[in-house]
Amino acid sequence: MRTQVARRRKDWALAYVLLLPGLAIFAVFTFWPFLQNFKLALYQNPPYPGLPSTFVGLSQVGDVLSSSAFHQSLISTLLFVLMVVPTGLLGGLMLALAAHRALRGMAIFQVIFSSTVVSSVAVAAVVFGTLMDPVVGLLPWLGLDPQPAILSNPTWALPAVAVIAIWQFLGLSFIIMTAGLQSLPEEVLEAARLDGARAPTMFFRVTIPLLSPTIFFGLVVGFIYAFQSFGQIDILIGSQNAEFTHTNVLLYYIYRALSVQNDPGLAAVLSIVLFVILLGVTLVQFRFLERRVHYAGE
Amino acid sequence: MARVHFANVSKRYGDVAAVDDLSLEVADGELLVLLGPSGCGKTTALRMVAGLEEVTEGSLMIGDDLVNDVDPKDRDVAMVFQSYALYPHMTVGRNIEFPLRQRKIEAAERQRRALEAATTLGLEGLMDRKPGQLSGGQRQRVALARAIVRDPRVFLMDEPLSNLDAKLRVQTRGDIVALQRRLGTTTLYVTHDQVEAMTMGHRIAVMQGGRLQQVAPPQELYERPANTFVATFLGSPGMNLIPAERRGDELVTPSGSLTFDSSLASVPQGAVTLGARPESLSLGTDGLRATVALVEMLGAETQVHCTLEGGTTVVVRQGHDEVRPDLGDSVAVAVDPMSLHAFDVESGVRIEATA
Repeated sequence: MRTQVARRRKDWALAYVLLLPGLAIFAVFTFWPFLQNFKLALYQNPPYPGLPSTFVGLSQVGDVLSSSAFHQSLISTLLFVLMVVPTGLLGGLMLALAAHRALRGMAIFQVIFSSTVVSSVAVAAVVFGTLMDPVVGLLPWLGLDPQPAILSNPTWALPAVAVIAIWQFLGLSFIIMTAGLQSLPEEVLEAARLDGARAPTMFFRVTIPLLSPTIFFGLVVGFIYAFQSFGQIDILIGSQNAEFTHTNVLLYYIYRALSVQNDPGLAAVLSIVLFVILLGVTLVQFRFLERRVHYAGE
Repeated sequence: MARVHFANVSKRYGDVAAVDDLSLEVADGELLVLLGPSGCGKTTALRMVAGLEEVTEGSLMIGDDLVNDVDPKDRDVAMVFQSYALYPHMTVGRNIEFPLRQRKIEAAERQRRALEAATTLGLEGLMDRKPGQLSGGQRQRVALARAIVRDPRVFLMDEPLSNLDAKLRVQTRGDIVALQRRLGTTTLYVTHDQVEAMTMGHRIAVMQGGRLQQVAPPQELYERPANTFVATFLGSPGMNLIPAERRGDELVTPSGSLTFDSSLASVPQGAVTLGARPESLSLGTDGLRATVALVEMLGAETQVHCTLEGGTTVVVRQGHDEVRPDLGDSVAVAVDPMSLHAFDVESGVRIEATA
């Protein structure tokens, strides 16, 4: 009995020793900054570095949440997500359906379609920036001359950036959808064919419902991806049109709050908002996955 | 309802023939079992009838229609899959209705027929459940209900019982047979389980390596196997094969001679493979010399594995009241000369008695 207790204690000790390096890294780089961020949100900082910050409590949170800049940013983010996620998922599904046949050479297309996921944001931004360039870009080549240029145009700047995000998300979306299609139960699809289902019924009544967990997963991943888009905006808009506010999606707004406005308090509050939104999405996903396990138990 | 006719049907994947020159007719209203070990081509044959596999060569008829190039949905056949293949997002009722819905049958008629099919299988209380909430046996019955609801010309069943536990399997076996006899629908039933095949089929078609070995009613298959494969595949354990030689009117084996019965008159002189069912062997004082290698007691019977002199292993079936030998005993295996089978040594084909 005593040896058993001793052995168990030894196991626990070993477990903690082995966990320690990981925990230490998490603690220093994730947990501590995460907690510090809450503290930062309670202090107001003067616009000039070096001066002491003052404790203002929750009033700063209230101020930020009710500011028009924040509302503008939320709306921009929402628009951006609405442009990127459905288009990216639908495009990925179409490509996956197109590539999901046993044809010779299909592997090449699968590599091409999924390649956007490994191309860097900076490269994508530069390529698309060139395509959208008012002098050497695609539109002048087609003989069109929009004024002001797309990326300097308040109406078109956000959709233009969204196009790049869609293009990049397409690869991931394609991979997710392909994986989903490949794991569909073959016999159920065959049963539907024998039961007399025609192509549209097959697709909308059988394939899509069976694929729904995958689509939902893609939705969540796309949502988080879109929320975290930053590079495209910084490279294409930030450097040239710093005064644009409608391209201030949440993450970019956080960056500007910190590095342009020198306002850590504002950045901290915005970070918490972003955290809460992403946490919400993740929780919804968990609930959904539980339900899925429930009904797919074959 | 209709007959199904394979005429020299082959299915090839590259150089591999999954089904090789199959000619077989399933009569109208018959339950024909396709039996064979895994990879023998039985499922491929079934899937060709369903239209899920293309026919490489030959012609496949359902009723009077050549169906080689007919789309699965236009063949009017229903299939029950091993995994049941229910639609997980639909209720039981919607699952059963699905084939009718595709045929644009109006709602009232659809529901009436779905309920009728469900009632036949005792599912009427489960119409609003999802498949995930059902037991394996219930799912299996939903799959059957979905197959019978549209009154197809042919039922195709691909090992529909293999995901059920042993007790439920026996019960469902009986249910399917009763259902098929009542509906009288032509049925092609694939299984690797010889007990299922023997108990369910009007006739059994035994396949091996893509080729049809024999088609016959269960009893005939057991009593007059067409070759050594069928002889050893059917029966549990299968038929014992003993290499022998006919010298005049004597059958000589390495472990002794056997009495020559006139039923073997057509066996040519020289080497021959003899076959004997375990129940036509017995342990006695006179017979082939052997050593007991294994004794398996199964309650009502005992299976005694004996190694004959010369190395051949045979299984002797004993009743529960017979004296059981011990491991390593030297015994004499007596063979009932009337029930001996003879096969060609080279081809394994049965040598028929001259009657």
